[in-house]
This record gives sequence, C-alpha cells and structure tokens, in this order.
Amino acid sequence: MDKQRRKFLKIAGATALAGIGAPALVRLTSSTALASEHGAAVEGHAAEAAAHGAHVEAVPQGVRLGMVIDMRKITEQPELLDHAIAACNNAHNIPQFDNRKSEIKWIWKAPFENVFPGESSYHLAKKVEKTDFAVMCNHCDDPPCVRACPTQATFKVKENGIVAMDFHRCIGCRFCMAACPYGARSFNWEDPRPYIKKYNKDFPSRMRGVVEKCNFCGERLALGQEPACVEACKGTGAMVFGDLNDAKSEIRQVLDKEFTIQRNPSLGTKPSVFYIV
Amino acid sequence: MYNKGTIIPGLIIFVLFVTFPIWFNGLKAGTLPKPELPPGGEKKCVMPVEYMRANHMQLLNEWRDNVLRDDNRTVVTVEGKKYRKGLQMACMQCHSNKEKFCDNCHAYTAVKPYCWDCHLTPKEAALKEETH
Repeated sequence: MDKQRRKFLKIAGATALAGIGAPALVRLTSSTALASEHGAAVEGHAAEAAAHGAHVEAVPQGVRLGMVIDMRKITEQPELLDHAIAACNNAHNIPQFDNRKSEIKWIWKAPFENVFPGESSYHLAKKVEKTDFAVMCNHCDDPPCVRACPTQATFKVKENGIVAMDFHRCIGCRFCMAACPYGARSFNWEDPRPYIKKYNKDFPSRMRGVVEKCNFCGERLALGQEPACVEACKGTGAMVFGDLNDAKSEIRQVLDKEFTIQRNPSLGTKPSVFYIV
Repeated sequence: MYNKGTIIPGLIIFVLFVTFPIWFNGLKAGTLPKPELPPGGEKKCVMPVEYMRANHMQLLNEWRDNVLRDDNRTVVTVEGKKYRKGLQMACMQCHSNKEKFCDNCHAYTAVKPYCWDCHLTPKEAALKEETH
C-alpha cells in the first residue's frame, strides 16, 4: 500500500513538472524563429506609424472608378435626373413600390440637407434648397459595408474599385445597410417581380430577402458602355464617370478644375462620388 | 429466438414498406427525361455534352465568380457565335425553353435549383419586355 502511494506521488510529480516545463521548453527551442517574426512585426508597425505620422496617403494603385455629379447642370435641367433614374431602373430591373418601406433605390433624389448633413444648410442658396440631388452608392475606397458583410456577398472589385454585390451569396442580414453611412442600400422586403415594370432580359431581378444597390453598371462597362445614368445625361456633363487614379481621364480634368465635395468625408470611407454644387 | 412469429413478418413488412417506391414502379426508374435540343438548331455547346450533363452547375458557379468577383467577363465563342458568360446571356440564348430543357431533368431527379428566383427565363422576360 505504502509502496504504491509512493510510486503514484512520484509519477504525479513528474507529470506536473513536465506539464509546467513544456511551454518553457517549446519557447526555448523555437526562440530564434519567434524572435525574427517579432522583429518583422515591429518593423512593419514602425513603417505604418511613420506613414500615419507624416499623413502620407498611400500611392493609389490600379483603377478606381468614380463619378462627378455637376449639380449646376441638374439645377438647370432637373429632368436630366429623372432620365438618369429611369435609365437605371430599366437597366437593372428595379421594382417600383408605392410604399416607402419597400422602396428599392439605386440612384435617387434627396434634398441638400439630407445628402450633406455635415454641411450647414443655414441660409442655403435658393437654387440649392429647391434642387433634388442625385444620390447613389459612393463606391467608397474603404467601404464599411464590405467589412460588415459576414458572407462576402458584397466586396470591392480589385480591378476597378467598384463595391459590387454577389446576390447569390447575400443572406439578407442587412448588416451592410446598418454599416453604410449613406443609406445607399435597399432591402427586398417583398418579391420584387410583380413590381418591375419592364424586364431587361440581360440582367436578373432579385428575390425577396436580398439587399441591393448601385453597381456602377459593371455589366455595361464590360461591354464598353458608360453607366446607364451617365449615358442618360450624355452631352450635358451633368455626370462624368471615369478612373480617379488616371491623371489624364476626363473625370480628373473636371476634378482638377472644379471645387467638389464628397458626402461625409470625415468618416474616412473615401467616397468615389463627387459633387459640384 | 423469442417471438419469431411477430418479428419475422414484422421485418418483412418493414422492408417491403421501405422499398415501396422501388417495387411500386415495377423496378424501373421511369421514362428517362429527354431535354429539348436547342430549337434554333445549334449543335455545339460551350463544353462537350458529357461535361455539361454532369458539371453544368459547376460551370455556372465558375462563370458567376468570374463575372461578379474576378471582373473576368470575357466572351465565350462557340462556332463563331459570341456569348457573354451567364445563364440568361449564354445558356438561354440556345436553350430558350426552360420548361422543356432545364425542368425536364430537374423534375426527374427531384432537384430544385433556385436560379429562377432571380434570373429571368426567356418566357418571363418576354412578358414584360423592355422596348427601346
């Protein structure tokens, strides 16, 4: 009996020592690999910190599609915006609901104080006060909706910077709608099919329980066409579309010349839609 | 064995019941579906027939990811005719009758793909066709 207890205590003690000692042993043997990794991480942080400290923006790479909306032109010809919205509705099989709750909006109208809540609308110029602004997805360079999406149904296309959606993957959780500070996303509360006036047979409709938004007409760009809304305003310059990273593009000429504002830039989402008011 | 009299007939009844669908149909799988060939007379698909028969769903998923995620919308050329990747834009151009082509086999194999919750069949699209 005594002998057995003695043996048991020995084994228990040895096991406890081995358990406590093992992590230390592992750390000792792999110390070199860990150390180098740690060093690299520190270096990376330092570089990042330097960039932040100096407020250096990363050099833009690749294509980043964006749009300039010249509200002066739309104030002159408000019907331009109606044409643009109608063109978008037709191109993307967007349903027209009577009740605002079910509304599906890709490009829509909103008053100045709603579009630019951060700007003062005190003693606003009369023409701006009376004009409906064109609003759509900003195709942010740092889109909060993409970070919120649990299924990667919405994502940034790296080839052109469009914040796109894969409706197949959308589970309708609406996190993206909560994350988007611009209200650019709509949820299909009802089956949209009966409310679509005319079908574009080259584009699908959506089903109930899916979120949707402007896709910068990715499918039209692939055919070498301009986005439907831009095409609807053709010749007026009310909407200019192009690559923000290409210094020679038409949109950059406009941006270089005119004073433009973005929606709520302080959020750091880096919107790609600019307004000339 | 105890209760031989009830267990064995019970087992026989159970096996007969479970295999009911098999023997009720006379040990036949029913008439094989014959999906309608393209009414336009096209003879060649984007891939060999055998591949399409077995893997069309994988191809559709591949196309979906190409088009939506990878920005790879290169057209597929078959016998000089160009097709854009997509169910509505490629497949239905030739197989224009979803009821006679897709549903034929899907009903037989009891598969219910949800393609058409969003995608428009040529018939549906024609109901409210956009006229420019």
